[in-house]
Amino acid sequence: MTFLPYVVAVWLFLAGLYGIVTSRNLVHQVVCLSVVQTSTYVVLLAVGYRTNATAPVFAGIALTRPAVDPIVQALSLTDVVVGATVSALLLAIVVQVHKRTGSLDPEDLRDVNQRIPQ
Amino acid sequence: MNALQGIVLLLVAGAGTCVVVARDPLRQAILASFFGIVLAVLFFTLQAPDVALSEIVVGAVALPLMILLTLAKVRGGEK
Amino acid sequence: MTLRTRRFVFLVMAPILGAVLLWAFAGLPRFGHYRGPYGDILNAVSVPERHVTDVVTAVNFDYRGFDTLGEEFIFFAAVIGVVLILREQSDERLGHIEDFASGRAVPPTSDAVRVLGLGLVPLTVLFGIDVVVHGQLTPGGGFQGGVVLATAVLLIYLAGEYDDLHGLYQEATLERAEAFGAAAYVALGLLGLGLDGAFMKNVLPLGHTGSVWSAGAIPLINIAVAVEIGAGLVMLLTNFLHQTIVVRPDGRRSPLERVLRQGRPT
Repeated sequence: MTFLPYVVAVWLFLAGLYGIVTSRNLVHQVVCLSVVQTSTYVVLLAVGYRTNATAPVFAGIALTRPAVDPIVQALSLTDVVVGATVSALLLAIVVQVHKRTGSLDPEDLRDVNQRIPQ
Repeated sequence: MNALQGIVLLLVAGAGTCVVVARDPLRQAILASFFGIVLAVLFFTLQAPDVALSEIVVGAVALPLMILLTLAKVRGGEK
Repeated sequence: MTLRTRRFVFLVMAPILGAVLLWAFAGLPRFGHYRGPYGDILNAVSVPERHVTDVVTAVNFDYRGFDTLGEEFIFFAAVIGVVLILREQSDERLGHIEDFASGRAVPPTSDAVRVLGLGLVPLTVLFGIDVVVHGQLTPGGGFQGGVVLATAVLLIYLAGEYDDLHGLYQEATLERAEAFGAAAYVALGLLGLGLDGAFMKNVLPLGHTGSVWSAGAIPLINIAVAVEIGAGLVMLLTNFLHQTIVVRPDGRRSPLERVLRQGRPT
């Protein structure tokens, strides 16, 4: 039962990866990539957790109370915002791909060296 | 690990599966917003309020908004 | 390989990958038994050393401020990437501003949405500023507050017309604000380098724990980060909106698109 956070993280990773591998739509792939990223946040926060401890914010409580690890929270915090921005970059590329080729299906776009009629 | 954390973890796994299984990107955007909120509740139960705040504003607002804007551009061209 | 082959290979290899990952996680300490030591050291020394009460913000902007600088520049580069990718192409034209959805006429904004949106904008701005300024005291900080401030600007689009935001797309104010935020972060780091020999060292007066102006350079770094993230996110979203609402394809198709469209049934 105490292994559940790691199981959930591995499940999210594999489910997102399945979505990317079998997707027929580029926007769907970008959202599945963001699901894969959330599995890393779950792992980080699970590593830093301490039972019956409080959040590492000492406003109004004594300094001697046990608290969870602040370092992994700092890592996850910036990662969440930056991850969304990288997804935005990927979505901009998807918009351009649709403009140039008219298709959102990865199967249609497989051959990079497609012969362009002159 | 208490019962609340266990339930929220299972909810997160379920919501993540729903996001992947929904093939239509429009449906996926709304499910991604729900997934962001459930993830924020999970972070809250793991005593991480900073990360929960970050996940709410980004995962429930900014990311679905960008998906919707992409879909509007992509589908608006197919008239 | 075809989709079916890919799916088959994935369903064979995924359990193996999952098993290896779970075996790796089994080597960690059990969930809830965090061993430390760095987390415990930081929790013990942050409040007396830096006069902050939110240790996560102190880690982000002081103890590991250099890593946050790197993250901030990933954000900066991603915004530049989006602006470059969605720039005006030669085979597009700028139509008049028309909020359209495929196949149906968009009704004008109802009065209820307008009132609610305009009522929410000052509240959201105030909330964003509160989250930013109290970053070293309570959960919050530059990253979260910046995103909240960007949301406030987009509420204007929801409550009104794209016209109100269109000026923002043209103006260089957003770009200057974002660059200013990024440069201010580096400048504060160099201040530490100049005055005390270490980059990002906290050299400003530390103040009284629990008051808004405490923790030396951390409130200033929070404000710089919030300005950059807010301006960057507004730039991102106005670029996407500009693409949807203003930019129209010119009618000529690219050669690649003609090839693809030939092979598909209509």
